Amino acid sequence: MSSTPVGSVSATPILEVNQLKVYFPVKRGLIIQRTVGEVKAVDGVDLQIKHGETLGLVGESGSGKTTFGRAILRLNDATGGSIRYQGEDVLALRGRAMRKLRRKIGMVFQDPYGSLNPRMTVGNIVAEPMLVHKIFEQRSMIKDRVMELFDTVGLNRSMAKRYPHEFSGGQRQRIGIARALASGPQLLICDEPVSALDVSIQAQIISLFDRLKIEQNLTYLFIAHDLSVVRHVSDRVAVMYLGHVVEQGAADAIYRDPQHPYTKALLSAVPIPDPVVERRRERVVLKGDMPSPLNPPKGCVFNTRCPIAEERCFVEIPLPRTFSDGRQIACHKVVI
Amino acid sequence: MTESLLKVENLRTHFRTDGGLVKAVDDVSFEVQQGETFALVGESGCGKSVTALSIMGLIPNPPGEIVSGKIELDGVDLTQLSFGEMRAIRGSKIAMIFQEPMTSLNPVLTIESQLSEALKIHTDLSKKAANDRALELINMVGIADARTRLKQYPHQLSGGQRQRVMIAMAMSCTPKLLIADEATTALDVTIQAQILDLMKDVTEQSGTALLIITHNLGIVARYANRVAVMYAGKLREVGEAVDMYTEPRHPYTVGLLRSVPRLDSEKGAPLAPIAGEIPDLTNLPGGCAFSPRCRWAVDRCFAENPLLEETSPGKKVACFEHASVGLNV
Repeated sequence: MSSTPVGSVSATPILEVNQLKVYFPVKRGLIIQRTVGEVKAVDGVDLQIKHGETLGLVGESGSGKTTFGRAILRLNDATGGSIRYQGEDVLALRGRAMRKLRRKIGMVFQDPYGSLNPRMTVGNIVAEPMLVHKIFEQRSMIKDRVMELFDTVGLNRSMAKRYPHEFSGGQRQRIGIARALASGPQLLICDEPVSALDVSIQAQIISLFDRLKIEQNLTYLFIAHDLSVVRHVSDRVAVMYLGHVVEQGAADAIYRDPQHPYTKALLSAVPIPDPVVERRRERVVLKGDMPSPLNPPKGCVFNTRCPIAEERCFVEIPLPRTFSDGRQIACHKVVI
Repeated sequence: MTESLLKVENLRTHFRTDGGLVKAVDDVSFEVQQGETFALVGESGCGKSVTALSIMGLIPNPPGEIVSGKIELDGVDLTQLSFGEMRAIRGSKIAMIFQEPMTSLNPVLTIESQLSEALKIHTDLSKKAANDRALELINMVGIADARTRLKQYPHQLSGGQRQRVMIAMAMSCTPKLLIADEATTALDVTIQAQILDLMKDVTEQSGTALLIITHNLGIVARYANRVAVMYAGKLREVGEAVDMYTEPRHPYTVGLLRSVPRLDSEKGAPLAPIAGEIPDLTNLPGGCAFSPRCRWAVDRCFAENPLLEETSPGKKVACFEHASVGLNV
């Protein structure tokens, strides 16, 4: 049994990532710099996203989820592994071919304040991708398309001449989404798109993502630390810890019955906004902090905090194994 | 019924800004009982932090000012105290933990000197005794390798450990009231769970009342005995936590509860967001400030401001239509 297809999820992956590694060098010295180590932000990640599905990528800060998203657009250089977008080798693309790819993959960023140029009108911000990618011959066509995008994301057309500072956080995120949609992408990488927003506004933006997915036939890579939000949007979920995916599979299965000890702890740490349910829950509270990615533990990266770690976990890196329901779990102790 | 420890009565804290007068806290009344956990919930700009700072006597003047109202702690009105008298209360009777543990610790002082500072000010312990107590406190908050940690500086600690130090500092004089203002918002969920459990444990042990200020309805559900929901400077609903979630009577509370995605819901379970935006405090709509976003609003709501009134024992709601408001309506 594999993940249950929802809506128009097709069998062919739109994105296929194999053994992706993104390492950052750590340099010392003021003038003569030398590399003294590396941070393995993403260390051998395998992920697939099928056309039309939403993959939720969750993890705490420093888990490598943002770096992973950025590496797909080559905003961070991959150290190793492969990324295939509709069969095309992304890491081999150069120049014009790379720009063409960026047309097909849109990105929505976390910070609605920092990701919009304060000196451009929001109309021009949304028009920019169309100019860069030379999507329309005539400027008037761009203008029409901007207006259409404003309608799509629920912004008033008359706002196009205003500047970002005149908008609230929620409206800015709508502008960011309109810009991401401008080049007509098929895949949208959303990096913590609602975490800076207030609860009531967050729900508006999540509902917008829900609607756009159907209307525009989009595929999402939804990167977030808020597990409740990810629950709401995702068909499948991948859980990252210190550069590794520790568990991935159908969202329903993982949320109902998490298997990896980290997934269990992570889910049980999120309080449910219902006192009756919440106060009856059994919880696993982890001890300590996530180790520094500069100096990750040997063996399984989770071994310093794992409540069930045994000798083997400190020596051998667990490889992902397929669980009975099709999930991939990287843990020595889980009985497959 | 236990006695109330903190009594906030008709508190108004206003700020004079270039954009106009901001009534950040506007006629707010509530009570916190001895030893209970009380949560003040709301979105950004609703006035929850200003309420906390008013209690602490930390409102910057100018531009801010407590215009009227009382804040009674054990029967003493804090708003009438001199600067010096208030200093003696801060840190000994009321303590506060802030959101950003990096900026609330002094980067150039060791953990030990910061931990013993409150003790030196508020008690007559010797330096040696204060340092011993610091060690005791740091053990209490579960920091491993306590002796080494005491000699270290804040940057050498992780975010979670810094917040543990903040809790140790806050609890050093066994205050009657601990205010936690979004104290775990900057932390990862697994660390958040550790810190909240710790806060709950240490306050329970010493009989300290805990005032949690948060936007996270999950945290409230887990820890609070009673809750007040704040919107645009006013309390909209006050009551028992369990009751607030099962029988909300203010449209804003209902809206919030229906806006949050839940871990235990099905994928795509419909959310019902509150329409519109959080209003600008310098330019509030007439009548009830929530009326432009409210599904239940009637003509009266746009003209008149509803007062917070008792609708059933232990429950107060500020809404004309409260009788017809509910989760399933």
